[in-house]
Amino acid sequence: MMYSVLIYSEAGVFDQLPKEAQDRVMAGHQALQKALGARGDFMSVKLMPPSSAVTVEPAATPESPPLVVDGPFADTKEAFLGFYAAEFANLDEALEHARMISSPIARIEVRPIAWAGGVMSSEPQNVGVA
Amino acid sequence: MSAWLEAGFVTHRPRAIAALTRVFRNIDLAEEAFADACVKAVADWPRTGTPTDPFAWLLTVARNAGLDRVRKTTRRSAILDRNAEWLKMQDIDEPDLPDPNAVRDDVLRLLFICCHPALARQDQLALALKVVAGLSVPEIARAFLVKPKTMEQRLTRAKRTIAANTVPFETPSPQDRARRLGEVSLMVYLMFNEGWSTSGGDAQIRLSLCNEAIRLARLLLELFPGMSEQAALLALLLFQHARHPARMDDRGTLLTLEQQDRGLWDRAAINEAVSLLQKAERSGQSAPYQIQAAIAAVHALAPTAQQTDWHKIEALYAALYALQPTPVVRLNWIAAIAKIQGADVALDEMAALEEPLAGYRWFHTMRAAFLAETGQAQAAHAAYETALTLAPTGPERTIIQRNMVACQENL
Repeated sequence: MMYSVLIYSEAGVFDQLPKEAQDRVMAGHQALQKALGARGDFMSVKLMPPSSAVTVEPAATPESPPLVVDGPFADTKEAFLGFYAAEFANLDEALEHARMISSPIARIEVRPIAWAGGVMSSEPQNVGVA
Repeated sequence: MSAWLEAGFVTHRPRAIAALTRVFRNIDLAEEAFADACVKAVADWPRTGTPTDPFAWLLTVARNAGLDRVRKTTRRSAILDRNAEWLKMQDIDEPDLPDPNAVRDDVLRLLFICCHPALARQDQLALALKVVAGLSVPEIARAFLVKPKTMEQRLTRAKRTIAANTVPFETPSPQDRARRLGEVSLMVYLMFNEGWSTSGGDAQIRLSLCNEAIRLARLLLELFPGMSEQAALLALLLFQHARHPARMDDRGTLLTLEQQDRGLWDRAAINEAVSLLQKAERSGQSAPYQIQAAIAAVHALAPTAQQTDWHKIEALYAALYALQPTPVVRLNWIAAIAKIQGADVALDEMAALEEPLAGYRWFHTMRAAFLAETGQAQAAHAAYETALTLAPTGPERTIIQRNMVACQENL
């Protein structure tokens, strides 16, 4: 079955960590990416901060268009920061991999994937602006 | 373990200090109470586990700690009268959070208090770094290149000044809120510039000012996600900051945009800035930070300096000048005109700025460059000489002196 490994944390906390702690977090991610890469296809996604998001709110009535609003609004609680998705034999194996990126600043949720499609990858590169 | 916890405290600090300042009407007391709560968290959390809502926990404990301190002073009665209901000792296990909208106004008020007009600009920045960002006095002293003792005295004086000139603690009117946001945004912008201009100091140390300014811009955008100028301000700072790895060569010489290795620019920061600018542009308004961010975007997205779209930049400066008709904006506009129409035209256009910008060293270095370009080496040399008398930073001085040598060779 495919599992997702979802990462929740308070946005911005990572940047406040001392260098050694940041390195430890990154070492965990590198180890996980290496392990997943050796096993086959996987997907990893790091999201930009919540402040870069725009929300499409459900339409008030079936006839009206959905409302596009800035935000989410300020919330000091944890935010969804990114995720991994890969094929695992069972929950134990997924958990074993999730442990690699565990740290005091993040809550990691392992959730089975009901359906997944598409293949993509991206490195930071030149992008266009209107 | 405490390093991990402290990283979290730093992110909670602005909202916590702001809310506590509203209750206690005293920044020192708010800072002390929050410090008490952090000390208790470091002692308790490893044993009890991190609470579900760390912010609510810290705020509740800080409020209780502050109350304890108040009980020992004469300030007690006024504060108790004002907040009788709220100031009952709170149960840590059932913390109640203040309304997020109230906290939003609290943070804005706290930043606005820091940029009180009775304070010198540098003291405003220092105060915001101390109170809101939570930097230590030695850290701030280093950023402003003064002795810790001096900075300590300046901060004490600044706090005394603002205590004597209070800002109302009622919920602000929409107009007041907009005005405060404008003032505070300007302070954040100037904090970044203070770090970026490396006035006479070690660039690496000054970077902390840029990083803190970006954090504050992020905070403002979190608090006001619907304000396109807040997204634009953060975009502007990120575009600029993305260039810092390429800004100097190995010997610490400043490099111009043309000379920088664009491969060193921070693409992740540029991408985030682009997405924020796109968000801001959805508003359909055209406002100063947004135009400046759009100009920065043209530079950031040009694959090479030669491929820079100067026509677009020229049009953007024209739009900015319509909103902010200042001599400095006009000067930047002329720099773009020079790229399109040549140095001769630019020199003519600059004549009108000679008086208002007489004390602005960039006016003279730019004029010198155009004079040199049009074969007027002697006049160029003189213009560089004028620039040298206007307190350039170390790296700038090096470049000016190098250009003066080049002028002499062309005499």
